[in-house]
Amino acid sequence: MKTEILHNFTSRSRAATADEAQRGKFRSAMDFLIAKRAAQFPDPTEWAELRESGQQIRQRALAYLPKLLVQFEQKAQQNGMTVHWAETPLEANQIIHGILQRQQVRTLIKGKSMVSEEIELNQYLQAHSIQALESDMGEFIVQMADEKPSHIIMPAIHKSKQEIAALFAAEIDDTPYTEDVDELIQIGRQALRQQFFNADAGLSGVNFAIAETGTLCLVENEGNGRLSTSCPRVHIAITGIEKMLENLADLPTLLTLLTRSATGQPITTYVNLISGPRRADEQDGPEEVHIVLLDNGRSQAYADVQLRQTLQCIRCGACMNHCPVYTRIGGHAYGTTYPGPIGSIISPHLLGLAETRDLPSASTLCGACGDVCPVKIPIPELLLRLRVENVTRAGTKDHPAVMRGQGAKYRLSEKLAWQAWSLLNTTPALYLASRRSAAGLRHLIPSVKAWTQARVMPKIAPQSLHELIKAHQEQKS
Amino acid sequence: MHSNSSISLFGTCVVDLFFPQAGMSALKILEREGIQVNYPQAQSCCGQPAYTSGYSDEARRVALAQIAAFPGEDPIVVLSGSCAGMMKHHYPTLFQGMPEEEIVRQFSKRIIEFTAYLLEVLNIELHDLGPAESVALHTSCTARREMGTLQNGRELLRRLDKIDLKTHDHESECCGFGGTFSVRHPDISAAMVQDKTAALRQCGASKVISADCGCLLNITGALQKQQAHPENKTAFAGLHIAELIWQRTGGKSQ
Ligand code: SF4
Repeated sequence: MKTEILHNFTSRSRAATADEAQRGKFRSAMDFLIAKRAAQFPDPTEWAELRESGQQIRQRALAYLPKLLVQFEQKAQQNGMTVHWAETPLEANQIIHGILQRQQVRTLIKGKSMVSEEIELNQYLQAHSIQALESDMGEFIVQMADEKPSHIIMPAIHKSKQEIAALFAAEIDDTPYTEDVDELIQIGRQALRQQFFNADAGLSGVNFAIAETGTLCLVENEGNGRLSTSCPRVHIAITGIEKMLENLADLPTLLTLLTRSATGQPITTYVNLISGPRRADEQDGPEEVHIVLLDNGRSQAYADVQLRQTLQCIRCGACMNHCPVYTRIGGHAYGTTYPGPIGSIISPHLLGLAETRDLPSASTLCGACGDVCPVKIPIPELLLRLRVENVTRAGTKDHPAVMRGQGAKYRLSEKLAWQAWSLLNTTPALYLASRRSAAGLRHLIPSVKAWTQARVMPKIAPQSLHELIKAHQEQKS
Repeated sequence: MHSNSSISLFGTCVVDLFFPQAGMSALKILEREGIQVNYPQAQSCCGQPAYTSGYSDEARRVALAQIAAFPGEDPIVVLSGSCAGMMKHHYPTLFQGMPEEEIVRQFSKRIIEFTAYLLEVLNIELHDLGPAESVALHTSCTARREMGTLQNGRELLRRLDKIDLKTHDHESECCGFGGTFSVRHPDISAAMVQDKTAALRQCGASKVISADCGCLLNITGALQKQQAHPENKTAFAGLHIAELIWQRTGGKSQ
């Protein structure tokens, strides 16, 4: 299914750009988020210093990642949690299913977790007769509409108030149509509230996992994360292995970068620090806490020093908010769990470059993403690197294998065309001659049809700058 | 006052093919300032199209040809911000750890973008002889980030007394060119350039000025295509900043 979805990036982006209403929605939503973030970082010096420390913290954590994972596992076990390792989405699904089966769970309530989207947990559980209910308002809407999130922070950002009103009226019993946002939120909350007490298990994502103390950190605004992780008798957290932090002291810097970059909030309404199941003297909390650590291609990115920077990501979503491509096509067109610039650099590791071959080129390299990334991931540089891996086969001339699907876009004809181009541009006589033919144009505008969709074909000037200057200099001397 | 200075000019392949008048204007402005301008005929392209398409070997070959075409130590003035960024910042990356690295670094140090040269080196005075006019400014993204050309463009236009600089909606957003992006993802690129040109048409200017010919190729191409529509009665032009300066400070338009 994925293959089919992914390979149609071009047709999906065509449909998305043709949908004026959709484009308008994304534009205004992104403008709103951009303005809110900007207001949180008024001082460029403070911003520069903060993100510098954010980058350092993440790079330090990654440098010691293998050690930190082991340390985290020990501490978490000491805290009474059970740690599970999953290499693939299937393994993660099986682990979670196994826990739920043992506990005879029929209904799972979920806080927001993009990793659970990544492994398509809901679908897996459904096929095994377990109901997974989303409790984050955005995820709740998306699940009700039988869609996927279109943004990692705002899953239902593609939906208008009217669409949500119609959806609620149709799907939730005794619900009148209302476009009043507060009312809509109340309706959603009412529908959800009872589920927390009915569910036998709760699942959440993880924003940061702290090795020093074996603690999970979870930020959210709705309180559903806290309910999902404390009401049911079992709590399962799932995270990618890269979310480790060395120390508790690393947390404040990253939290302030995360919430300000994501939603323009100085801090979220809830910051949950989870250090294990309910203790004997405690009133609330689950009896069991499980944590599933997922690799799914992350260790592939880890193995390459440049590509490793991808794993610094703290999933704030700022890169997509500022991306002119994401703004035009929205999240669904990417066909991946993580859309936008971060999606284009991480999805090739999760799904293989063959499946995601169109994503590294889906950027003008304008650099807006890299400029706003709170942990200074050089996103344009990584996109360029993936473009190289896309057209270069492993094992050819000093080129080691670095990733699954490498060389997916390699075509001998294209390689030869670029070689011809380089010959043209390294041989003055050929260069001068080529401007009289179409050859000089071919690499600037390789497809007339694509170019003229929105523009006229440029006219080659009757005399080139080379010729004009030559004449000018001859005249002077 | 600068009569002893000499520079080498890198025209860029886009200027060479499509906007040679921008190149001639730049040349004449520099000569009027007393600069001796050297234009190596062996120059071609900075290599960016191959580089951004993932063909590093081919980009390196073309880069070395440019380096060979510009011996000496004089500054190399580049007429497009994004090509200047390529030559100044990406060449050293491309040759990192290779035997040529040091030569490449020396070359990259000589690169200076045209508007930066006018301001930072010449601190040029401009005597505006043209009629009052409203213009918009578009800066290429890479140039803005890597070369600081946004401030340069604004400052040069400020030195032209009768130019009224209008701001347009989402001014700092990409125009959708992105080199081969424009043909690899034509629908997305079209959506971007349409938004850009709509913003330009609405801002009250009659021209868009840029120091980046890639963007100009894209924006003017779209503006001209839209001209065919009856609703766009007023023509909206795009011009390289060198051409605008030359025209308004006494140079004859060619
Ligand atoms: S890549 Fe940077 S900007 Fe994008 S989601 Fe990750 S941390 Fe945020």
